[in-house]
Amino acid sequence: MLAFLATTLVAYILYLILTMFSGSFGLWSLGELIAGAVLSLIAGAVAFRVAFAKERAGEANIFRIFNPVRFIIFLVYLIGPFFFSMAKSNFDVAYRVITGKIRPGIVRISPGLKTDLGITLLANSITLTPGTLSVDVDEKNGDLYVHWINVKNPEPSPAEVCGSFPDWVRRIAE
Amino acid sequence: MNILIYVLFGIGLTFNGLGAIALLRFPDVYTRLHGATKATTFGSIFTTAAVIAYGFARGGPAFDTLAIHAIIALIALLITNPTGAHAIARAAYRSGVKPKYAVVDKLEEKK
Amino acid sequence: MIVDPITFFIVAACFLLFMIVSMVRLGLGPTAGDRIVALDTVNTLVVSGMIVFAAAYGEVIFVDVAIIYALLSFVGTLYVARYLEGGL
Repeated sequence: MLAFLATTLVAYILYLILTMFSGSFGLWSLGELIAGAVLSLIAGAVAFRVAFAKERAGEANIFRIFNPVRFIIFLVYLIGPFFFSMAKSNFDVAYRVITGKIRPGIVRISPGLKTDLGITLLANSITLTPGTLSVDVDEKNGDLYVHWINVKNPEPSPAEVCGSFPDWVRRIAE
Repeated sequence: MNILIYVLFGIGLTFNGLGAIALLRFPDVYTRLHGATKATTFGSIFTTAAVIAYGFARGGPAFDTLAIHAIIALIALLITNPTGAHAIARAAYRSGVKPKYAVVDKLEEKK
Repeated sequence: MIVDPITFFIVAACFLLFMIVSMVRLGLGPTAGDRIVALDTVNTLVVSGMIVFAAAYGEVIFVDVAIIYALLSFVGTLYVARYLEGGL
């Protein structure tokens, strides 16, 4: 029931953002408000099982992502360290495109994250940051296989591959 | 404001072009994914940011709406692009493409 | 005062050039994986180009189409990747 309400609320907020400045009834026209309510109820009824699928055993609270503190940490992470290393990674890619110096390989790291959300966030962060691309995940213990374009050490620690990201992800998602 | 928009477009086009060239220059699927995903995502952030700046600078309901919708399109791109890259990398590995010139391959040892 | 619309058309022409460069890889690619990478790049460039065109013409509907195109092309990429893995 809570999953249904949460999905409906997210869908309604997205609808309201997309139809902003549509009418005379405040920012929104009355028709848009009613149509949005009906459509987001339908979307919630169809999608709540997928949006809040059961995670693995030992899961604390599935609705922890609605905690506003986590949202603020997420925004700080996005604007600060994430954007910085993304810029760095692009200059790195530019350097390798021009000179053609590569030393690729697939390495394994164990960041020690437990939840699906955390692993997804870390894998996407790794893909967009310097010289690394996540290839596969070991679903039993959350180990990631990472394609590294400039291998310095065949058995690296997580900090060597992705810096302080696991700590940030632990603060956001676990 | 004008100069900001020109600079944002310039940075974005540079990185998008690098992504397209990376596709031609790198030797195998994984390194091509590196170049294409990172460079085009980063370049698209900047060209979309230029459009957002233009929308808010023009003002009025129509152009404010344009800027807000552009922000949502940017969020959609940011979520879907790395996930798609991950799916392609995994599919390429499972369909039997080995990384060229690899010095180490831990995924091979696992199986 | 505000940017000349011709700027947006020049930017869009650059996007078209990059798409053609990516399509060379789409045609050449020795494996199917290379072809999907090129297709994914073309999709990203199309989305960015649509947003630029929306600013050029001042039409919001282009951005809405770009959002839907981004989500649908993502689903398409996932389907082809799934097919290559042999799970379909």
